Amino acid sequence: MKPIIEISKVRKAFGTVEALKGVSCDIAEGEVVCILGPSGSGKSTLLRCINQLERPTSGIVRVGGEIIGYREQANHLYALSNRQLAAQRSKIGMVFQQFNLFPHMTVLENVIEGPVRVKKELRAASIQSALQFLERVGLADKANAYPSQLSGGQQQRVAIARALAMKPSVMLFDEPTSALDPELVGEVLLVMKELARSGLTMVIVTHEIAFAREAANRIIFMDGGAIVEAGKTGDLLGNPKNPRTREFLAAVRH
Amino acid sequence: MSKNDLNTPDEYVFVRKIHYGRYLAVALIILLLGIIVRAFVVGKIAWAVVGEYLFDRDIMAGIVNSMILTVFVMVVGVMLAVTVALMAGSKNPVLRYTARGYMFVFRSVPILLQLLIWYNLALIFPQITIPFVVSVSTTQVLTPFVAALLAFGIAQGAYTTEVIRSGLLSVGRGQVEAAASIGMTYSQSLYRIIIPQAMRVIVPPLGNETIGMVKYTSLASVIQYREIIYSAQSIYFASGRVIEMLMVCAFWYALVIGILSIVQGYIERYYNRSSRGSAAGEADL
Repeated sequence: MKPIIEISKVRKAFGTVEALKGVSCDIAEGEVVCILGPSGSGKSTLLRCINQLERPTSGIVRVGGEIIGYREQANHLYALSNRQLAAQRSKIGMVFQQFNLFPHMTVLENVIEGPVRVKKELRAASIQSALQFLERVGLADKANAYPSQLSGGQQQRVAIARALAMKPSVMLFDEPTSALDPELVGEVLLVMKELARSGLTMVIVTHEIAFAREAANRIIFMDGGAIVEAGKTGDLLGNPKNPRTREFLAAVRH
Repeated sequence: MSKNDLNTPDEYVFVRKIHYGRYLAVALIILLLGIIVRAFVVGKIAWAVVGEYLFDRDIMAGIVNSMILTVFVMVVGVMLAVTVALMAGSKNPVLRYTARGYMFVFRSVPILLQLLIWYNLALIFPQITIPFVVSVSTTQVLTPFVAALLAFGIAQGAYTTEVIRSGLLSVGRGQVEAAASIGMTYSQSLYRIIIPQAMRVIVPPLGNETIGMVKYTSLASVIQYREIIYSAQSIYFASGRVIEMLMVCAFWYALVIGILSIVQGYIERYYNRSSRGSAAGEADL
């Protein structure tokens, strides 16, 4: 099966610190991949390189066959204009650790902002489909609330609906439950499991091993800016080969 | 002493503390106000003349001209300030230093001096020429209104830049990233996401600056712009009713600024609307 995300030899340096040391991996369409690893291992940076919130220092990322951030012509890569890059990003959904809902807009306005402003869809039609997405995350009744009136778990579910409303080909989740109170984690994971079952391609940076075991097809373990081990969920969690993976899993299982 | 011996709350009479200091202060304030009011009543002001000129046609035209100048100046100032604030935040060092230089020059020269320089620009450049298009004498272009607009607008822009900049910086990076992640361009996220949120921080100081500008426009009287003080002076040069005309001006300024303050309150409430119902309301000081 042709991969929908191809990451090849991606390096990212922040000053003298190398956050990614040449990472390559492919993710197939419909696959749910969890990226695990200790903090500072570069997993969030890798995720942010996929939609170019971080521009890789070298290496390329293809999504749906298109190189992100560049136009390819006769062995040359020409940097895209902001507008063209924005168009590429509109097909890649992202959910952030801190939700990042637009606080001056209602829940409904948050969800229709992309379809109306970016895809130039009609407002009425956008509202229709936005309400369906809100229904899907269980928050149709909060359409007219402001984010400040919602709990963290509800805000994150709205953020998922906002990303889904763009009908992205892949969804990136950057530690979606790390900023949540423990009792609110479940509701967000429940929504994500439902999405995983629906066949959406998902790349999830997370610390929730139990969730990864249940929802992920494949696990990538990162440490020190590199992929240390990758494999089928059952194999990697049940029988990790690399000592660092074993160490990490032993530590988080307590 | 057993528990039954204690009085219940109903059996007590609560005696409030007496704030002697406050009573004294109030008495002093009333006394002082009385003295001041009496001084102005028995002083050499013909209040009837004040009333007579309050709605004088030239005075009304003057306050309207003050308002017109203020509005145009603030529009020019804010547009400049937004541009310069974005330049100051740019990654390009030339844009950044240009922004700094502009702010330095126009904040360090007194506003009255800038006004006089713009008005007398014809002394340096007698003709303004756009090659092959037009050539006019500078005095024709730099009317008192245009000179005042340029002087105040450009100087105001230099001050407002800091206000806009702090407003833009108050919006978290995550907001720009979220906007980018749904495919918005930077300019889209600026208009839809960043500026609407920055307004909460921008409006209060911008309101202050607008109120300040209403009063600064009075300086334009020195270059013969027909704002309210110029009108008042024209009248008192003929009639000799100096203090009466100044009181008329004071009344109009206070009225206009009172109205502006109320408008500012409404605008602030509008931009704070999304925080209603949240625990993060402002503390009651």
